[in-house]
Amino acid sequence: MFSSLIDTSFSLNDLWFMLKGAGVTLAVTFWAVLAGTLLGLVLGVVRATAPWWVNAPIGFVLDIFRSVPLLIQLVLANAFKPMIGLNWSSFTVGCVVLALYMSAYCTEIVRGGFLAVPATTRRAARSLGMSWSQDLTEIVFPIALRVALPSWIGLTLGVMKDTAMVWWIGVVELLRSSQVIVTRIQEPLLVLSIAGLIYFLMSFPIARLGARLERRWHEND
Amino acid sequence: MSIEINDVHKSFGPLEVIKGVSMTVAPGEVVSVIGGSGSGKSTLLMCVNGLEPINSGRVLIDGTDVHDRRTDLNKLRRRIGIVFQQWNAFPHLTVLENVMLAPRKVLGKPKAEAEAIAVEKLTHVGLAEKLKVYPSKLSGGQQQRMAIARALAMSPHYMLFDEVTSALDPQLVGEVLDTLRLLSSEGMTMIVVTHEIAFAREVSNRVAFFHQGRIHEIGPPSQVIGNPQKPETVAFLKSVL
Repeated sequence: MFSSLIDTSFSLNDLWFMLKGAGVTLAVTFWAVLAGTLLGLVLGVVRATAPWWVNAPIGFVLDIFRSVPLLIQLVLANAFKPMIGLNWSSFTVGCVVLALYMSAYCTEIVRGGFLAVPATTRRAARSLGMSWSQDLTEIVFPIALRVALPSWIGLTLGVMKDTAMVWWIGVVELLRSSQVIVTRIQEPLLVLSIAGLIYFLMSFPIARLGARLERRWHEND
Repeated sequence: MSIEINDVHKSFGPLEVIKGVSMTVAPGEVVSVIGGSGSGKSTLLMCVNGLEPINSGRVLIDGTDVHDRRTDLNKLRRRIGIVFQQWNAFPHLTVLENVMLAPRKVLGKPKAEAEAIAVEKLTHVGLAEKLKVYPSKLSGGQQQRMAIARALAMSPHYMLFDEVTSALDPQLVGEVLDTLRLLSSEGMTMIVVTHEIAFAREVSNRVAFFHQGRIHEIGPPSQVIGNPQKPETVAFLKSVL
């Protein structure tokens, strides 16, 4: 289709192949962000409220997920999965490892948001007769959400780009499919530009949504 | 029907901040608590509605022991409103929603009824024009009046005020004190911890002077403020007037 404009072998089929890869990227991102956020929410509240002897081991494990490069985590998890009798696909391993990675960062974001709610505000809620759980759902979570959202958006965009690494354990996502085409038609600049554009188009709505929510909340601050 | 504080002791670690305080507040009575910083006045209010545990003694609200483990504090607190020095607005809710929240969630009132209550209380404190506004757009005095309306929306029998004008710019103090005057004229039972001596003298039935964790002197304002008997009271009043 481009051959009439510039001299290229890139075909519509190639574009379709890359879009399918983008679909995989979106799927991995979706599951990793969903599971990672839910786990991060629970662990973040635990981290903000539990005594040190609960906190210390959780913090230690999360530190591992945060400090070992993602690539190493993916390769190791994929290599060790048969040893513990798991019959997962590479796709599942990729989602699980990325979800744990996401949750490790998300935990700290949630904890930070939780601790940003002033104790005096929570005391005011309790003094009105609200229970501990009402204080959490009506006061702490809504306020913490406003504090945590920008970091969470940044993390989500980061995880979307980090999905490129699941290529190493054999998942054909956007970057891998681009690489396949580059190998065949030998036009890396064109293909990677298109891949970059697709990544941008996937990230842009999330970034916009975040900016919109932030602006709306900011008007009330 | 009263607040009975009976030989209450309260420590933070090794530091005993309340060293045996007893006081009864009768229905309709306004008791002002004055005294220097760190004398334990604010802590006493927290102990009255169970926000702070006590080490010994008893606090009875209408005969219910606040610090009995079997007491449902969430339920008890519906009867006692408290307003703090920092007004603690819920920043993510409008003024109206701030006041509606507890009637809806705690008392389980339907939305329309909670809203009617909130509008009434906010009108009462002079904020009828600000219903849809977020707290950040209000002045400190307006936020503090909103906090008072928020407590009043629970129809409490008692109101506790913890230095509610201390964090306000001087020109905003008057509007908040006017709201307190209004409440006292309506017969609300109140304990008012305050540094506003003139105000304490004007609205209180009794004034308690707190010093080093004890009530040093208590009586009608004409006595405690007008004609103090203890040298500590004299020294304190001299320092603030």
